[in-house]
Amino acid sequence: MTATAEPKAPAPVLRAGASVTRLVLTRPEIGAFIAAVAIFILFWIVAPPFRQLGSLSTVLYAASQIGIIAVAVGLLMIGGEFDLSAGVAYITAGLTAALLCYELNLNMWVGTIVALALALGIGFVNGFLVTRTGIPSFLVTLTTFFVLRGANLAVTNALSGSVASRNVSDMDGFDSLKAIFASSFTIGGVTVRITVVWWLLFVALATWVLLRTRIGNWITAVGGDAASARAVGVPVTKVKIGLFMTVGFLAWFYGMHRLYGYNTIQAGEGVGQEFLFIIAAVVGGTLLTGGSGSAIGGAIGAFIFGMVVQGIVYAGWDPNWFYAFLGVMLFLAVMVNLYVRKLTATRG
Amino acid sequence: MTEPARAVPGDGAPLIEMRGVGKTYGAIRALRGIDLRVGAGEVTCVLGDNGAGKSTLIKIMSGLHPHIEGELLVDGVATRFSSPREALDRGIATVYQDLAVVPLMEVWRNFFLGSEQVAGRFPFAPLRVRRMREIAKAELAKMGVFIDDVNRPIGTLSGGQRQCVAIARAVYFGARVLILDEPTAALGVRQSGVVLRHIAAARDAGLGVVLITHNPHHAYLVGDHFVILKLGERVLDRRRADVTLDELTMQMAGGDELAELSHELRR
Repeated sequence: MTATAEPKAPAPVLRAGASVTRLVLTRPEIGAFIAAVAIFILFWIVAPPFRQLGSLSTVLYAASQIGIIAVAVGLLMIGGEFDLSAGVAYITAGLTAALLCYELNLNMWVGTIVALALALGIGFVNGFLVTRTGIPSFLVTLTTFFVLRGANLAVTNALSGSVASRNVSDMDGFDSLKAIFASSFTIGGVTVRITVVWWLLFVALATWVLLRTRIGNWITAVGGDAASARAVGVPVTKVKIGLFMTVGFLAWFYGMHRLYGYNTIQAGEGVGQEFLFIIAAVVGGTLLTGGSGSAIGGAIGAFIFGMVVQGIVYAGWDPNWFYAFLGVMLFLAVMVNLYVRKLTATRG
Repeated sequence: MTEPARAVPGDGAPLIEMRGVGKTYGAIRALRGIDLRVGAGEVTCVLGDNGAGKSTLIKIMSGLHPHIEGELLVDGVATRFSSPREALDRGIATVYQDLAVVPLMEVWRNFFLGSEQVAGRFPFAPLRVRRMREIAKAELAKMGVFIDDVNRPIGTLSGGQRQCVAIARAVYFGARVLILDEPTAALGVRQSGVVLRHIAAARDAGLGVVLITHNPHHAYLVGDHFVILKLGERVLDRRRADVTLDELTMQMAGGDELAELSHELRR
């Protein structure tokens, strides 16, 4: 921001920026949207089964499995922090409900609510440690990741003598909870999983919060420049802890889907998933450094994930290519983000 | 704002008065025996080299660090702030050089950040977006900042304009005292001019302005009252009528020490 970068017009007057620049700056999901359309067309051409409406339902289900937690991880990243423990945390939530109810022969509702409290607690601890110690969230949540990963396996092994919780499908309260977390319904001959509905609801809510509420303003500000935000009276610590707890909440939600959808939880799963949530957010235009991003972008990122994971199968390709494809997508997304940052930084 | 018109400098009770204020950080003394008056419609310039205690002085006034010696009077009442929020609530706003705005956020969002207007009391109540945009645009225009679109990220504005938005924000939210920390330090000549004009506008609107700077030329353009700090102590305190730019510059550059040095280095 030297004097040389000033516009030619008299100092206080500003000229309208180029409209394309403005579009990219104000709509972080535009790049992801273009990529999603391109990938859709690609699989439409190469994979005939992809064209059926039933396939879209399957793709949406795969997308929702990443997308639900990605909503919260995206918000957290806009707020300038990471959470590497989200993948194992949903397993922890599922195991808590399953093991507690099985061992003590409780109604599943009790275990589900205890799991919610625990998941929110994990989020709180993450947020508290990050804001109190000043240690980067990458390290704090890496710690949580290892602790939970070990605890998931050790506690499960101690209680059930195996690497999975026992089948809880005949326990009290299971059926009503399955209706909430893991049911499906039919529209026009197409089966729709309820997680897709929940996912879209969470995306809509997050979009509303981010763009049209005071809390959303604070989330963006805290990620953009925490010191400036604090100086004008934004409660930075509360916002960050709240974001970590939101990740805890949606990790619990998805953990419950796993439990009531599959009747049992594999204690060793969830590892590596944390990066898929982050990738969905980054592909959707969320800045890795915080301060910019959108929930709709994260949803498009998750949808791309769903298309790729199912499209590769429909096209008859070796599914092992999935991760290579994901890597290329991530790189392209980061390049676009870098370009956006440069535009905002140099035009001062 | 309690002063509708430009008050005569030094007239009436001061908004902020410091009497013998001192501050130490552990064993390190940052300030000693500072007396200072900030009057309505008056620009008080605090000048000094790096490490002179300027930052400590504004931190005491803006509520970031409380003082440990002497008295801080706000509207004649002895006060000790424990947070920036408390100082803000008493009408003391500080615009920091590098803490002014969040670059990636829109101008109007920056303008209302921390004091957003919402329609309702529930947690996810909608922001009154259109109203805030209109107010931001109108308030900036009042300060002479014409921005075609308040929806652009504030990072796309020039450094001077960003300072002006921060000043306009402080004025709109009822600041009676405006503390400016090195507002022109990172700016070019023309942008500095824009910021100085806004300082004069704030003064004319009846605000008490405290301008922290190490540039005596900028200070002399708008100042009514000059205080020079050196190693935590006040070495000069004059009204505009009693001091010349040359004297200020000389004192800033080291005064007697400089004369000594010049004598020593003479060949």
